[in-house]
Amino acid sequence: MLKIGNHEFSSRLLLGTGKFPNFDVQKEAVNVSGTEILTFAVRRMNIFEPDQPNFLEKLDASKYTLLPNTAGAKTAEEAVRIAKLAKASGLCDMIKVEVIGDFKTLLPDPVETLRASEILLNEGFTVLPYASDDVLLAKKLEDLGVHAIMPGASPIGSGLGIINPLNISLIVEQATIPVIVDAGIGSPADAAFAMELGADGVLLNTAVSGAEDPVKMAKAMKLAIEAGRLGFEAGRIPKKRYATASSPLEGMSV
Amino acid sequence: MKLVVNGNTMEVAGVQTVGDLIKELKLAGKGAIVELNEEILSKSEHAEAVLANGDKVEIVHFVGGG
Repeated sequence: MLKIGNHEFSSRLLLGTGKFPNFDVQKEAVNVSGTEILTFAVRRMNIFEPDQPNFLEKLDASKYTLLPNTAGAKTAEEAVRIAKLAKASGLCDMIKVEVIGDFKTLLPDPVETLRASEILLNEGFTVLPYASDDVLLAKKLEDLGVHAIMPGASPIGSGLGIINPLNISLIVEQATIPVIVDAGIGSPADAAFAMELGADGVLLNTAVSGAEDPVKMAKAMKLAIEAGRLGFEAGRIPKKRYATASSPLEGMSV
Repeated sequence: MKLVVNGNTMEVAGVQTVGDLIKELKLAGKGAIVELNEEILSKSEHAEAVLANGDKVEIVHFVGGG
């Protein structure tokens, strides 16, 4: 069971809703992924297009816990405003704090992320900051009282997987709140690896929405995350430099 | 009445509240979230929030994102 603030989930996959080829593929991918948490962004409505579809309705979003993000924010104040707009929907209390400091790498600004998280905690939000994989930053965010910490595996949308597994495992080791590896996951192997390192969950988007077959990849990610979690719980064997025979060495018939 | 809606200056007639404006723009039931002069309104406030000439209105919603 994944517990974030007052919420409980049996799925450990958090799925983003950006860049799917169309609503039908997206709905099916979301469905087969088994996710219970969907992320969203907050943007201006096109006031000149009354026929635009209601995104949440198209996705059957009432079945899911919504995790809006503050993407687009460059400062803590901008992130807080977006978070409050999201909460005004009356549909959610969780917020993914995302304050981007550099638009080439899309790496999060640690100082503004800390500031935004502190303000939003004081406002009563359930706060999940997207952060770099810095171990001390993760500790400082936890000390503030955030409800989960979401270190990036690698830059958003890069598909590079976990670049610094040592840092992710150190963050997991010190944390007493859920650790959700967010951003940069490219393949099911990456997602399983995150879970084997002890992460409590994985948040991904492009790895599914950008796959040749998003629905099939959604299923693959679901299974990878389940397998990785089971592997972590089972406790893997230590790595050794030389072989150890699996078959008995005695009793050979010669 | 002149309003600035999502950065567009527009002239509206027969609109008194934020709720009226959303209906006028045919955006009712589409999950609109409204900020009036930089003050965020809850859904239940839309019907009572009275608009005045020159007001700045931001209308946002959830879109796909990760």
